[in-house]
Amino acid sequence: MTQVNAVRRPARPVDDAGDTALASPAAAKDAPAVVYKGQSYWSNVGRRLRRDPTTVVCGLIVLAIILVAVFAPLIAPMDPYQAKMLGRLAPIGTAGHPLGTDELGRDMLSRLIYGGRISLMMGLTPVGVALAVGGLLGVIAGYAGGWVNMMIMRFMDVFYAFPSIMLAIAISGALGAGIGNGMLALTLVLIPSITRVTESVTTQVRAYDFVDAARATGASSTRVIVTHVLSNVLGPIFIFSTSLVSVSIIIASGLSFLGLGVSPPEADWGLMLSTLRQAIYINPMLCALPGIMIFITSLCFNLMSDGLRSAMDVRL
Amino acid sequence: MEKVAIAPDGGAVAKSSAQPLLIVRNLRKYFPVKGGLLNRSVAQVKAVDGVSFHVMAGEVLGIVGESGCGKSTTARLLMHLLTADEGEVIFDGLGVGARDGLTVKELRRNAQMVFQDSYASLNPRLPVEDTIAFGPTVHGVPSAEAKQRARRLLDDVGLAPERFGRRYPHELSGGQRQRINIARALALQPRLVFLDEAVSALDKSVEAQVLNLLVDLKEEFNLTYVFISHDLNVVHYISDRVLVMYLGKVVEVGPVGSVYSRSAHPYTRALLSSQPSMDPDRRKTEPPLSGDPPTPINPPSGCRFRTRCAYAEEICSRVEPPLLGFGDNGAHQSACHMNNAGSGHSLTAPAGTAE
Repeated sequence: MTQVNAVRRPARPVDDAGDTALASPAAAKDAPAVVYKGQSYWSNVGRRLRRDPTTVVCGLIVLAIILVAVFAPLIAPMDPYQAKMLGRLAPIGTAGHPLGTDELGRDMLSRLIYGGRISLMMGLTPVGVALAVGGLLGVIAGYAGGWVNMMIMRFMDVFYAFPSIMLAIAISGALGAGIGNGMLALTLVLIPSITRVTESVTTQVRAYDFVDAARATGASSTRVIVTHVLSNVLGPIFIFSTSLVSVSIIIASGLSFLGLGVSPPEADWGLMLSTLRQAIYINPMLCALPGIMIFITSLCFNLMSDGLRSAMDVRL
Repeated sequence: MEKVAIAPDGGAVAKSSAQPLLIVRNLRKYFPVKGGLLNRSVAQVKAVDGVSFHVMAGEVLGIVGESGCGKSTTARLLMHLLTADEGEVIFDGLGVGARDGLTVKELRRNAQMVFQDSYASLNPRLPVEDTIAFGPTVHGVPSAEAKQRARRLLDDVGLAPERFGRRYPHELSGGQRQRINIARALALQPRLVFLDEAVSALDKSVEAQVLNLLVDLKEEFNLTYVFISHDLNVVHYISDRVLVMYLGKVVEVGPVGSVYSRSAHPYTRALLSSQPSMDPDRRKTEPPLSGDPPTPINPPSGCRFRTRCAYAEEICSRVEPPLLGFGDNGAHQSACHMNNAGSGHSLTAPAGTAE
């Protein structure tokens, strides 16, 4: 290997900094082989994320909410469906009911914990499915360009023309109430925006010479996309999707509030807000609790996506 | 394929003994200009308009011309990164895309390209070693072997594999990145490499190193280069033959010494005299050519250079001058009426070209 270097013309030692391998092949040979450990892009992003206090705090809160939701049956102090007509609308701090009871005397803490399960599911599942479908459509549209792009994007524009909450209400109204239908409606609402963002990012990446260089090796389009396009497109879409989680939770709450999402006695935070609203003059703090949970969760997802954006956005 | 060897450029007989590695015939690419209602194409940019040339095995063909004359489009057309509207590409005697010829994938195994922008042409999310190994794996080389090959190539271009292999493009300097690009192009063991302004973006000292590297690699791997550049000095240094383009057409082609010292086309002469000189006594204050080239959307009729040519006559606007050979046994060709005795131009042999 070093023979090749020896044959090479004596290079002028004025190459850019760091090019010592060429400037002094002999020195490179004598020095103990320093194996350069690549700092991968993602490990850099991770390091920057850990240094951002807002993102760390929000991440921990989201993690806590998710863990509580997952282990709800173990954590909830009482049965969330156990009504107690005598202890209705107990204020926060009542003995045995730290967060009070709702309009049917059910323990608020337990209901908030169980409600978080459904709210998080309604927030995360539609975004995940929409990310897969919209991402695929967007990458195809952006990479292919031309009439394929036209077909996909004009079709998406039709959905984009409706305000998302209206579209969600219309779809779940047509399909009927229920968690499944609600999630389906949310997915359909989220797909166009994810497709649009993916398409615009892919179109940008597609214009770089490294995509042409990859094509010039004779690789198939699928292979070029998987190896070279996706790695550059996934980051921005992922950031965008994180910000959509809060949108999805809020729309889901809206649907439940209107009676189109979850049906009683099960409840997500939105439905709890809806049923407690009659008690707002009796015990306003109690009524605000589900709203506060929605607020905290969406805020944390939004701030996390902001942190992710700035951690990934550093133009290296 | 002997038929092909004779008269590859439609006229001049090159050395008929050897067969050219690459023959390009009548390559044409018009880009539509979209506009108006329903995005109809309202005009065409004639980026490359009937370009023919050949490249002999083992030689370096330099392509020069102003910005926008179709140099890079030609390279992309030949790599089939763009689809040509018309034209024939024959690689080593086999037509590309022809029924019993080469597929595009086979062509891309044999011909590779180095791009101008060393940063944009490397995937920012992939360690450079993986970028180099990508090509071989596409063509069925097992990934361990492809990695091995990538590391060997890194060594060949003067970058220690154990120090640079796992790095990302942003951790390298411009010169180092262009070395990676060259290594990537060589990973498929091609016979022909298109260098599209490969050294133009580098600063002078690094440019010299990369040029020397290219010369060394050419000998080591028996390569043939098509070297596209606007830097006339660099082209003079590295090329065996030069091809001068203007507004999507070939205006002059020939051995580098002959074209530089006895240029036959007024455009070539203007281009050469626009070179800055190191000697203050030979400093020129008058620009040899003024203005920009006309738009390729509606190129001038007849000879495309006539709008900026000092010798333009009536004949130039009517008849498009053919590419005709004159010196060096016809190897030196130019497309100018002044070099064609029967054209009807009053200055059939201007002072500059008479030997």
